[in-house]
Amino acid sequence: MNGPHDLGGQMGFGPVAPESNEPYFHADWERRALGLTLSCGAFGAWTIDESRHARENIPPACYLSASYYEIWTRALEVLLERHGFATSAEIASGTNQIEPAVPKRILKAEMVAGVLSKGGPCDRPLETRPVFAAGDRVRTKNFNPETHTRLPRYARAKTGVVEAVQGAFVFPDDNAHGKGENPQWVYTVVFDAAEIWGEGADPTLTVSIDAWESYLERF
Amino acid sequence: MHDDHEHHHGHDHDHGHDNRYTDMQARVRALETVLTQKGLIDPKAVDAIVETYETKIGPKNGARVVAKAWSDPAFSDWLKADATAAIASLGYTGRQGEHMRAVFNTADTHNLIVCTLCSCYPWAVLGLPPTWYKAPAYRSRAVIDPRGVLAEFGLALSKETKIRVWDSTAELRYLVVPERPAGTEGLDEPALAALVSRDAMIGTAVAGVPS
Repeated sequence: MNGPHDLGGQMGFGPVAPESNEPYFHADWERRALGLTLSCGAFGAWTIDESRHARENIPPACYLSASYYEIWTRALEVLLERHGFATSAEIASGTNQIEPAVPKRILKAEMVAGVLSKGGPCDRPLETRPVFAAGDRVRTKNFNPETHTRLPRYARAKTGVVEAVQGAFVFPDDNAHGKGENPQWVYTVVFDAAEIWGEGADPTLTVSIDAWESYLERF
Repeated sequence: MHDDHEHHHGHDHDHGHDNRYTDMQARVRALETVLTQKGLIDPKAVDAIVETYETKIGPKNGARVVAKAWSDPAFSDWLKADATAAIASLGYTGRQGEHMRAVFNTADTHNLIVCTLCSCYPWAVLGLPPTWYKAPAYRSRAVIDPRGVLAEFGLALSKETKIRVWDSTAELRYLVVPERPAGTEGLDEPALAALVSRDAMIGTAVAGVPS
């Protein structure tokens, strides 16, 4: 979707303003928001792709003025309601009112170290051979789906060169919507800045994205 | 808006932001209360997650990887060829480090990492990302005006230096291996690691010089 999250090349946000000796958290609720997001992810009720899409669906004015832990929290509330774990009325009131859905797993303290060190690999075996090879010239798709995609707007309908075949991975455009993992080959595709930004582009700049095979056609 | 944290250090008080943080505090507390009442979460697991990322997983991990790559050519080659395995050999695995790639700065090319679409970041080697990495100013400009962004970090590259920006649009997570500074020939790995900042491994800085 062409949501507020798709920020590459947008203007007007001002300087980056790095903070020296930045703490990991700027308020205690950010700590809890991190822990709750990961704990609820362990239910196994939604995928990382669905959670990204929930974040993208936060209305633009809210998304762009929120800190990232606020974005996580608002998306988590949506996911909890969608999957039957907690209603917005319960979350607003802080009181338990419905019998929740049954999660596949509840993360206990003693499981945390194991779960974090294992992670959630999303490479998958694939029978088919990659269509493209390093050095191939490719053009990215021009599309504007209302659904989840990981092809940023700035890199649509652009010509670049495949630099590497990176393996086969779960396809987020399907997986975010419960349509299955449908893995595809992923390629690192490099673009000259002039191809993306046109007139006035930095001649020393190249930008790469990691693109699923169906985002690409041979040029 | 994305300098919310400033207010918590006593600068530039803006009550809109304070209210927003107070609102979030209440909202997250209510969420944790409800989920705990339902038996869906273990507050001690939340504590353990926070403790892990506050004390155990951070840029020291990545700095050790870089220092070893500088010191050990075989490790450097392995890191280039299979970063996930090379990094795992030092004990750094797991969440947001499942599929690692190491990109090496050279005399003529500087690498910079961004996630324009969300906040993808190599947690296993760098820990949690800084606020600026997740905020719109960096995500919007890194791909179109990286020199302007780097200048805001106090890094001025020569006009001839090529810049390669890696937008983390899939599940690969990138670690920049900065160039080894001159005058560090005699340093051991811990002394070298001390020269490698988080920002140098994102690409918004270069490695430090020995004092």
